[in-house]
Amino acid sequence: MQLTRRGFFQATALAFAGSMAFELSSQSEALAVPVDAEWKLVNTEEYTNICCYCSGGCGSIVSVRDGEVINVEGDPDHPINEGCLCPKGAAMFQLRNVVDDATGEIIHNPERKTTPMVRRPGATEWEEISWEEAIEGIARKVKDTRDATFVEKEKGVTVNYTPAIGSLGGSQQNSEEEYLILKMMRSLGIVAIDNQARV
Amino acid sequence: MTGHYCDFKNADVILTSGSNNLENHPVSSKWVQRALDAGATWIVVDPRFTRTAAHADIYCPIRSGTDIAFYGGMINYIIENDLWQHEYVEHYTNATFIMEDGYEFDPETGLFSGWDESTGTYDKHTWHYAIEEETEWDTSEGGSYAWVTEEGVPEFTPPKVQVAKKDPKMQDPMCVWQLMKKHYSRYTIETVCEICGMDAETLEQVYAAYAATGAPEKSGTILYALGQTQHTYGTNNTRIMTLVQLLLGNAGIAGGGLNALRGEPNVQGATDMAMLVFDFPGYLRWPNVSESPSLRAWCESQTYYGGYYTNKPKFMVSALKEWFGDNATVKNDYCYDLLPKVPANGGDYTTMGTFHLMDSGTMKGYFAWGQNPVVSDPNSAFNRRAMSKLEWLVVADWVETATAAFWRAPDMKPEDIQTEVYFLPAALIYEKSGTIANSGRWLQWRYKAADPVGEARPDYEIADMLWSKIVELYEAEGGPSAESITNVKWDYYIDGKIDPRAVSWAFNGYNVAGTDFASGKVDLLTGFPQLKADGTTSCAIWIYGGYYNNSDAPLDPAEQPVGRRGHDDPGELGLFPQWAFSWPANRRIIYNRASADANGKPWNPNRVLVEWDGKEWATRNDVPDFVFQTTNADGTTTPVPPNDNAFFMKPEQHANFISYGLADAALPEHYEPFETPMKENLLNARLNSPCVKFGDHESVKKGDVETYPIVATTYSITEHWQTGAQTRMCPALNEVAPKQFIELSPQLAEEKGIANGDDVRVFNNRGSVVLKALVTKRIVPLEVNGETIHEVGMIHHWDWTNMYSSDDNVVNDLTPNVGDPNSFIPEFKAFLVDIEKA
Repeated sequence: MQLTRRGFFQATALAFAGSMAFELSSQSEALAVPVDAEWKLVNTEEYTNICCYCSGGCGSIVSVRDGEVINVEGDPDHPINEGCLCPKGAAMFQLRNVVDDATGEIIHNPERKTTPMVRRPGATEWEEISWEEAIEGIARKVKDTRDATFVEKEKGVTVNYTPAIGSLGGSQQNSEEEYLILKMMRSLGIVAIDNQARV
Repeated sequence: MTGHYCDFKNADVILTSGSNNLENHPVSSKWVQRALDAGATWIVVDPRFTRTAAHADIYCPIRSGTDIAFYGGMINYIIENDLWQHEYVEHYTNATFIMEDGYEFDPETGLFSGWDESTGTYDKHTWHYAIEEETEWDTSEGGSYAWVTEEGVPEFTPPKVQVAKKDPKMQDPMCVWQLMKKHYSRYTIETVCEICGMDAETLEQVYAAYAATGAPEKSGTILYALGQTQHTYGTNNTRIMTLVQLLLGNAGIAGGGLNALRGEPNVQGATDMAMLVFDFPGYLRWPNVSESPSLRAWCESQTYYGGYYTNKPKFMVSALKEWFGDNATVKNDYCYDLLPKVPANGGDYTTMGTFHLMDSGTMKGYFAWGQNPVVSDPNSAFNRRAMSKLEWLVVADWVETATAAFWRAPDMKPEDIQTEVYFLPAALIYEKSGTIANSGRWLQWRYKAADPVGEARPDYEIADMLWSKIVELYEAEGGPSAESITNVKWDYYIDGKIDPRAVSWAFNGYNVAGTDFASGKVDLLTGFPQLKADGTTSCAIWIYGGYYNNSDAPLDPAEQPVGRRGHDDPGELGLFPQWAFSWPANRRIIYNRASADANGKPWNPNRVLVEWDGKEWATRNDVPDFVFQTTNADGTTTPVPPNDNAFFMKPEQHANFISYGLADAALPEHYEPFETPMKENLLNARLNSPCVKFGDHESVKKGDVETYPIVATTYSITEHWQTGAQTRMCPALNEVAPKQFIELSPQLAEEKGIANGDDVRVFNNRGSVVLKALVTKRIVPLEVNGETIHEVGMIHHWDWTNMYSSDDNVVNDLTPNVGDPNSFIPEFKAFLVDIEKA
């Protein structure tokens, strides 16, 4: 297997601690600036990823320091994008982190919701709940709805489906997640399964 | 895609139609530039002079929704001027096949043979070939199909091999070639211009430039996107482009193919995985009531008589073994009966139909996983009202999407809405690991870089938590067909935690005997040829076979084909076979047998995918997508000399011009959009396709040209994406593109007294929105059948949510919730509105 510079980083970043990866990267001939604290990517681990917008499959490199993402950029070794990203892809960093206008500090994007929530019938606001509450509440509703509407046989044919629950989406997930969602939904007897391919 | 992004560079002519690829697939479009640098010609056909059109050699405006007329005219032009690739068409397509007696298309009715007015469907008997003889599979010991009778294989009667009547000279009036030639003879330059609003000179220039790729050594590629699919005849839009590519010998070659530039990062994966009503993972059919009520019926109705899909029972049984594990045995039909069967009205369960089901009270609970249908689906105001009848809704996403917040839409009263809504915070793409498929079929691995923020979790963890709780409830309480749930194999854990790598093992496939997920021991298959129908192999999705097959390092994606990062480039064609993995079997350009002539000699010596040297297929720059050798009992191989079976995923192993595969046409035929400015169809007696889906639903409120004289279309800009839920959370993108707008021509603006930057009200029977006017020469009024037709275009990236940038006007309130009868995709791209200064 041909191991490129980035491929080498990838393997090493996974295998060693971040400081080790930095040691290796500091020996790279591509390093054109002195290594000091001013260098944005000093002392980081690099992980390759794939863009979350169109289906071009462009490669990106996510740089992490002390468990926090500090940079996202195009992967120069990726044969499709060769290091480039479009405006949306280049802004992927902001999905997680943005600059706080008031303080100038980098903070987690406040638009993102990171706590399970429920909006009760007739309510005008969300309430934050625990994962346990959310999962228990949803599982109960799924079971009650399924059991009340389940069709086992139709004209003598075993059909085992419910017309009362639908599941939409999947193109934003990784393939393994798509399969787990599909397997759960189909096993519940759900027919109405669709995703962004339908639009 | 039949090819992949890097392959664009190999094209001599590139035709972009129904895509704005520089705007919406900007980075991968660099491969178009590579082709241009090498002297290629670029043609763009689009209602607007887009950013893409601005870089093209030839730009040809077109009225939205008239692509079949445009391409039908091209087929006529190619045939009339004898520009088609003779050897390719005669050997690799069904042009020589003779059709069943009674096949016809009648322009006087606008219908193909077999139309049943009472059901609104076709009886497609006459859309098949006339059969010369039927033969049997050889299932005897040592025969090609001996596996059918092996122990553990479900009992089924193999299909009869159908040998069609043919006329190698293609003169028989009932042969596919003659029928197709006659069909498109009506599509003259004059008629096409009248329908599409084109001028004859530009049109002929386009036809001549593209038809030049009919020369055997030339390659032409067609790039398309939602501009082709989002129509009430969208599937036939894509089919007619296939017909053009086959005529010109452009399918299966480097720099050719039909390439869908898809719009979502893993929509290819979601399609592969069959997160779709009718489908089963790996492009198989989900069990349904009419064709496949039992496993035997599934095998008998789905297994092809010839070609590679003779193996379907192997794929299905292996998938059932994956689904149910040890619970699946040949005695219980591998638990087939526990799966739901899609009812006869399955189309009603597709996305648009689910909103009807909510509205009528049938559908009570709904999950939205990273999708935002109350903004992205047509007639979205109706969808919001329908959703308010749900008992419960679950949304897993990064932000509070409009779907999660439908109850506080500007036209909603939260107090009146009894739906309980759960929001589950999901991890970002770089906060989790897993596989993603691009639209060139490349499977690539994403590595987790950081933990999710706050309590956000990967969707795989959310699914696992929910599934575990549901199983617990059914084990404790029981319920109807509880075994459908409790018998499911769900053991994708590594070190006690749910882990996508264990799911990857299931995708790749493994020998059941040597595998135990719990102990981390897996005997992964090399590829899908090893799959069996006897219950000894397990595989969730056969087409992914080989993508994660290194049993020595099952925990390390970097040591698997999916994680490869090599840059080898055999033939310098940009195939990059050592980068990641391309399904199926790492083939980069599918149907690649067709890249060489009947004797196996490449059409173009500089673009060799495979080559027969007289003894064997010695050059294989790409993995052959055909039977190039057979394996003998002693493990040695015997080369298979060139034959005409270039399309071995079809039962007859030849590409189809006429096909029985679609619901609405055996050959693509022009119909007008559901809402059209035309009073008549200039090519046949039917204005709309007879098979338009959901057109009679009361929510649609069809508009007519007298009331709404302006053609409208919708599209995206490069700075924002889909409903904007993701991109509007990025301040940098809002700064570059802060507002939604409507594009209109200076002529229409003057007529309506609208100046650039004015607020414009856009309205029809379904809704009304106010947008900023962008008056631009990029849109020109078209002369259609002697009348001036105005068209406008709108982007659709905003809704009432988001702290950085929101807008109460939802453009998809205007689009019609009608669709294609094959794909059930809505008609976003052509409908009627009127406008006024707000």
